[in-house]
This record gives sequence, structure tokens and C-alpha cells, in this order.
Amino acid sequence: MTEPATQPGRDAAVSITACPNGPLLVRGTFEILTPAGEVIPARRKTVALCRCGVSTLKPFCDGSHKAVGFTTEPEAPAGEPA
Amino acid sequence: MKLPAARGPVSSALCALLTNHEPATEPGLAGVLRDCAQTAIRDTDDILLDEDLQAALYTAYELRYSGLSGVDDAWEWNADVLALCAAIELRFEQALRDRVPMPPLPLPGVDTVAATLFELTGADTGPSVSRYLAKKATDGQAREFLIHRSVYQLKEADPHSWAIPRLHGRAKAALVEIQADEYGGGRLAHMHSELFARTMRELGLDDTHGGYVDVVPAIVLASSNMMTMFGTHRRLRGAIAGHLAAFEMTSSLPNRQYGNGFRRLGYDQRVTYYFDEHVEADAVHEQIAARDLAGGLTDDEPGLVGDVVFGASACLFVDALAGAALLTAWTAGESALLGGALEPAGARS
Repeated sequence: MTEPATQPGRDAAVSITACPNGPLLVRGTFEILTPAGEVIPARRKTVALCRCGVSTLKPFCDGSHKAVGFTTEPEAPAGEPA
Repeated sequence: MKLPAARGPVSSALCALLTNHEPATEPGLAGVLRDCAQTAIRDTDDILLDEDLQAALYTAYELRYSGLSGVDDAWEWNADVLALCAAIELRFEQALRDRVPMPPLPLPGVDTVAATLFELTGADTGPSVSRYLAKKATDGQAREFLIHRSVYQLKEADPHSWAIPRLHGRAKAALVEIQADEYGGGRLAHMHSELFARTMRELGLDDTHGGYVDVVPAIVLASSNMMTMFGTHRRLRGAIAGHLAAFEMTSSLPNRQYGNGFRRLGYDQRVTYYFDEHVEADAVHEQIAARDLAGGLTDDEPGLVGDVVFGASACLFVDALAGAALLTAWTAGESALLGGALEPAGARS
């Protein structure tokens, strides 16, 4: 198993997984808000947030990062749960 | 579902056996089935396109899902039916192993396997049903598309659920997380198969499971049968994991195109919701499937890396054949349905 350096916190209310060349996966109990503070409803327990900037469903990912060849850092982001 | 119509000697002999109520004639009917199958499996030109053998396998497999109307559920574990499945599967799997292109295998592990799968699915240059649907398809072709997809989509996620008790640890957690979302996260109205049924009803199509099985070509049945074969054999757990990964990884962007196609044809959110939902859902699922499910499985069982990649590549290969069959028919102004296009909406009884 590719265990992370630090085990994922069992008590954390929210976890965010930075996917290489892809979105941020968010799990747990959270709210996503507009700048005005209104709740953006999440349609599922685990959501993927866009970080390439070209999703047509922002703040959610729609897979567009693959079409534009988006790349993240060369190394896997630190603390990524394996 | 209703018993599918026979398409040749093997499916005909299977129907005769399953609907037989005379114990005295059963051995004879089983013998006919065995002989027909042996000949058909030996002589088939292409088992992926063999209407009779794929229909027979689909019928036998359906006993493992919802069952068949008028057929005793006990047939699921009948030795003659299982022997038929095994005989067809042997040739079917061999054909896939021979023909599915295999990239160089990665080392087992999350990053290496995910990278290979993203490369494999990103390089998929098969004919694009999604682009055709977005830009060109007529209303009749859009409806035909739903009919083809309904064979799987009305039991969406079920073939991959077979793998849950066969996986462990990270891969199992990943599969359950994906499948829970597929089944609506506890909300029936959000179950993906229910969403697809709603889309069908909005277009005046029959949303009964198996309602169109008799009119889809063999390659559509082969696509579904392949999933059931991978899912119901523990030996092939790597292949079903890889299949799901490839399926999810080639879903978000095409589903946006499908939604756009139906919007272009004048349909509103009641029809497109299914596709719009998949754009968002599968952008989540593909990450979990590629990394935690497929990659995680190879961490747990390094010997499965070949089958994970095989399952993924087989998904792309068979679905490209099914897509090509649709596009070939459509660009010739024809229908890929057996017996030609259905009557226009509203004309169905």
C-alpha cells in the first residue's frame, strides 16, 4: 500500500484529496457557498471541485481538465491521502 | 424481464429448456442445447457479433439479475445452464484476450496504474457517438441511442456491484463509494437507472427492463454480457475493476455532448438531467475508480495489474465496436436496430 507519511485524521470533519492533474475531491460535512454566502447545493456526498479553471459546472469538476491538458505539480501534493 | 426472443438454434434451445414443464423431456432438451451450443461456438465467425450466442448468454445471465418472466428462478444454478454459460464464456473471453489491444503494463500501484489508465482512456479515438449526437443526430436517432443504451443503463451499476465482496481495503471502499452514488445515495429518485428510465419515459419510450433487448444488435448484448462475465467470476475481479475505471473515465465529457444533443433537439431538463448528472458524478467517480479502485487493487494484489488494464481496454474496445455500429448505420441513413427503426414517438401501442 502507498501509505501517506501521515495517516488521514480520523476526527477531521472534512478531507480534501488533491488528485494529480485533476480536481480536489471533498468528503465529509461541508458547505459550499457563493461569494454572497448562499449555499450551493451538492448533489452527492463526495464532490470534485474544479482547479483547472475551465469546468462549465464550476465550482464542480466536469472532466474538462483532461481536454485542456491541465497538469498539477510534478510531485503528488503533500499530504494526499493514498 | 420477459424472456428474450430466440435469434438462432442456441437461444432457441435455451428458451425451450427454460420454459419446459415436463421433467421427462428435460434431458432431451438439455442435450439439444449442449449440441447446438458446441457447434455454434466452434463455428462462429465472430462471437462478439454472434446474435444467437450473445442472446443466449444474455438470457442465461438475466437469471442472475431480475429473473425471467415465466421461468423458475432455480434455473440460475442449473448445471446445464451453467455449462452453457461456461462454454460461451470460454470462447468469448479468448476472443477478447486475442483482440483487445494491451498497452505496456505499469508497475502495480496507485500512481502508475492511474497514469496508465488516464493515458489509455485519453487516447481513445474511437468513433464518437457523443459528437454525432451533439451536432447531427435526428430525433429518431437520439431515441435509438437511448434504446441501445437502455440494455445496460436500466440496470446501471449492477454488473460492477458483483465485485464488492471480492475486493478488500481501499479498493472495496472505493467501489462502494462509487456504487452508492450510482444508486442515488439512498434516494431512489436519484438512482441512475431511475434517472435513465425517466429520460426514456419523457421521450415516449418503454422503460421496462429488457423492453428493447430483442431489437438491439449482438454487440450491444456483448457489451453487457462482458460486464456480467467480468463481474460474476471472482477470477476476473481485476477486469471488472478496470472496466469500471475506463467506463467512468470516458463518461463526463461524452455525457455533456449527449445532453447538448438532446437540448439541440428541443428537450428540456426532464430529459437531459440524466446526462447532466453524469457529467458531474463521473468527474468524481473517475478519480476514485482510477486511483483508489483500480490502482488500490493492484497495491493489494499486484498480480492483477494485467487484468485491470485488460478490463479497461476491453471496455474501450467493445464500446467502440458498438459505437461504430451505430454511426455506420446512421451515416448511411439507416437504423442499427434489428428490423430497422422503430415507429415515431407516439405511434407505439
